Amino acid sequence: MNTIGKQVRLGLNGDEAVAYAAYHADVDVISAYPITPQTIIVERLSEFVYNGELDAEFIAVESEHSALSAAVGASLAGARTFTATASQGLALMYEILYIASSLRTSIVMALGNRAFSAPINIHCSHDDAYAARDAGWIQFFAENVQEAYDLTLIAFKVSEDKKVLFPSIVNLDGFILTHSVEPLTIFEDKKEIKEFLPDREAVNKIDPSNPITYGPLALPDYYMEIKKQQAEAFNSTPARIKEVFSEYEEFSGRSYSPLKKLYVDDADIVFVVLGSTAGTMRTMVKKWRKNGEKVGVLSLTLYRPFPSREVAEALKDVDTIVVMDRSYSFGSPGGQLYMDVAAALNKYGRYNRLINAIYGLGGRDFTPEMAEDMLHATKDPSIREIWVGVRG
Amino acid sequence: MSSWPVKWEELPIGGVVDKPGNSLEVKTGSWRALKPVIDLDKCIKCLLCWVYCPDNAIIRRDDDYVEVDYEYCKGCGICAHECPTKAIDMVEEGGE
Amino acid sequence: MSRIRRLNEIPREELFTSGHSLCAGCGIPPMVKMALKAIDGDKVVVNATCCLEVATTLYPHTSWLVPWVHNAFENAAATASGIESAMKVLLRKRDGKKYKIIVFGGDGGTFDIGLQSLSGALERGHNFLYVCYDNEAYMNTGIQRSGGTPLGAATTTSPAGRVIPGKPENKKNLMDIVIAHRVPYAATINPAYPTDMWNKFAKASEFLDKNEGPIFFHYYSPCPVGWRMDTSLSIEAARLAVQTRLWPVYEVDHGKIVINIRVNKPKPIEEYLKIQGRFRHLLKPENKEVVERLKRYIESNWNRLLKLAELGSIY
Repeated sequence: MNTIGKQVRLGLNGDEAVAYAAYHADVDVISAYPITPQTIIVERLSEFVYNGELDAEFIAVESEHSALSAAVGASLAGARTFTATASQGLALMYEILYIASSLRTSIVMALGNRAFSAPINIHCSHDDAYAARDAGWIQFFAENVQEAYDLTLIAFKVSEDKKVLFPSIVNLDGFILTHSVEPLTIFEDKKEIKEFLPDREAVNKIDPSNPITYGPLALPDYYMEIKKQQAEAFNSTPARIKEVFSEYEEFSGRSYSPLKKLYVDDADIVFVVLGSTAGTMRTMVKKWRKNGEKVGVLSLTLYRPFPSREVAEALKDVDTIVVMDRSYSFGSPGGQLYMDVAAALNKYGRYNRLINAIYGLGGRDFTPEMAEDMLHATKDPSIREIWVGVRG
Repeated sequence: MSSWPVKWEELPIGGVVDKPGNSLEVKTGSWRALKPVIDLDKCIKCLLCWVYCPDNAIIRRDDDYVEVDYEYCKGCGICAHECPTKAIDMVEEGGE
Repeated sequence: MSRIRRLNEIPREELFTSGHSLCAGCGIPPMVKMALKAIDGDKVVVNATCCLEVATTLYPHTSWLVPWVHNAFENAAATASGIESAMKVLLRKRDGKKYKIIVFGGDGGTFDIGLQSLSGALERGHNFLYVCYDNEAYMNTGIQRSGGTPLGAATTTSPAGRVIPGKPENKKNLMDIVIAHRVPYAATINPAYPTDMWNKFAKASEFLDKNEGPIFFHYYSPCPVGWRMDTSLSIEAARLAVQTRLWPVYEVDHGKIVINIRVNKPKPIEEYLKIQGRFRHLLKPENKEVVERLKRYIESNWNRLLKLAELGSIY
């Protein structure tokens, strides 16, 4: 394939890959606060700024709440704006997540997925990504370091697009991706991708010659129309996201789509999963196929807006679906991804058997034995929820 | 309100208000119970009432004498209280 | 913008319009109107959640003729930090414009919930003017006590009870906290002294031109509803606050403290207390001790300020 940007092969961990992506995006404002496992991202970006390689303002704020608050201001003022956080930091930003989306900012945030306290834990769960699911942010999940880099670049292009204008989160599993060095291909420099990602042209930015009032008080007479407009706009973003995926493929040679399917089409059992575990499951499924098991894997690169139609279409004829949640939704009918999949199937008139597998909480290694346990569970019709690998 | 759309499709995106200063459409004069009446014979053009009025309801004329804008005056009475020459009286609405 | 001696030197053009729903007699608009005039050139306002915010931008209306940004309650200073940073980098990298940033927040949004955000922004040294308009309680939610509420004041969460007669604690000294950040310029302003207020805004504007922020103003903002006084008495209360030495009008210019309004013969604090319903219970004999405490607070605060003013610089 003839690609456009000049690229190089090297080894980076996920955090460094994201930092390189923000650097290559020639970001204008970075507003961030340190938190494990995201910290390397902002350390690298600080080096780029302090060494004069990246002309940006680095706002070393005093909290994540201020990190996102300042990012909202910077994005409204027309800057290409980046932040990064994890876990408790995302929780502290929570109030501003909704505002950032409702004001139609174009912030890109990297989220080094990490479990919520207590007990405090610095390792991977998807609690933070799930906590942001209703806030009106586009969410991508990276499966490996290469994807963390690519999706960060894609996120800038998507969020700043005049047909989109919503902030994005790029999820990468804490430590599993943030701190693991993997080989990947990145662009040689900023200038190599200017054609794919030109300087931001902000719509309705803060401008004294066009005095707009941002963030007014709207009461019952208008609040609902404002939300309906936001909902329609948000739900229409996947069309543009898919176009950007294609443009990026032309530019980089690497292909992306909202879903990734392996052996799903003729499968009796499909595992639905987010993030780095998709790779593990693909290895397992290939092995099981050799043993005659009709199994498949469906992973989501685009988590929000949830690709309901595509998920339902892909799973419609599957007997048993194992939805894997790296989090627990206390008191809910199932885990967060489980509820999404169930609702998507129901929306399109499908009522497949669903099993919810809770796995990997707080960074618990997901082993081939655990995958075997999940497969085993599908053989017992009474099982609807399993905690994979938990002692007791 | 007159010119503002009501359907979700027609609202400016992001919930912004892009008509600067359009609160002038809201006539707050209806809040008033007492109304200020200015005796220009006593006015010394100090402009304190103009500076203090919370509602921009004191109109500063070209000659620096002042008038009340009853469309917006909420009748707080700061102008009358602060007037150094007692040139402003607060009178019942409907009275003189 | 130049300094003035008479009010007729203030330009006519308003950048803050009528038709807002701030209460009759509200003390906020005289300051806002003046700030928007005296801070000359292009400007952007950032507003914390507060009375000013809700009452001037009731959708689909706005009283603002300048760009105006409301994000949330506790983050006005952080939001302004982001805008200022974007402005700086876009001036360097692209076709950015220069403008001055004015932040308005109430006492709740500044003394309490927004203090961390303010401190962070002051420490980082962003070039903006932050004005805390202090009406000494959470007025927007219905008069609850804040860190800015003075000793003895009755609010809905510090009522004049049979056992506890109003707020038991003294007001937090916000200016001291701000000055601890060594900001280039900080001042208290009061609507009863409009030329002093104008000239401080004009000075702030010059500092902003020279990128010499952050600048902080603490504004005495009378609230007839929350203070339970006649709507016509807003400026009277503001004047008495200064003349009783309760509210010293001073500035700290690069560490040099100047008391701008000298009060040689202070009026008795009772004159201030008696016109406001929030303090009326203090005038009962059984609450004499609270008034005495308030008097000691006023005296020590004033004397301390006099001593600091004698120093060349406190920085």
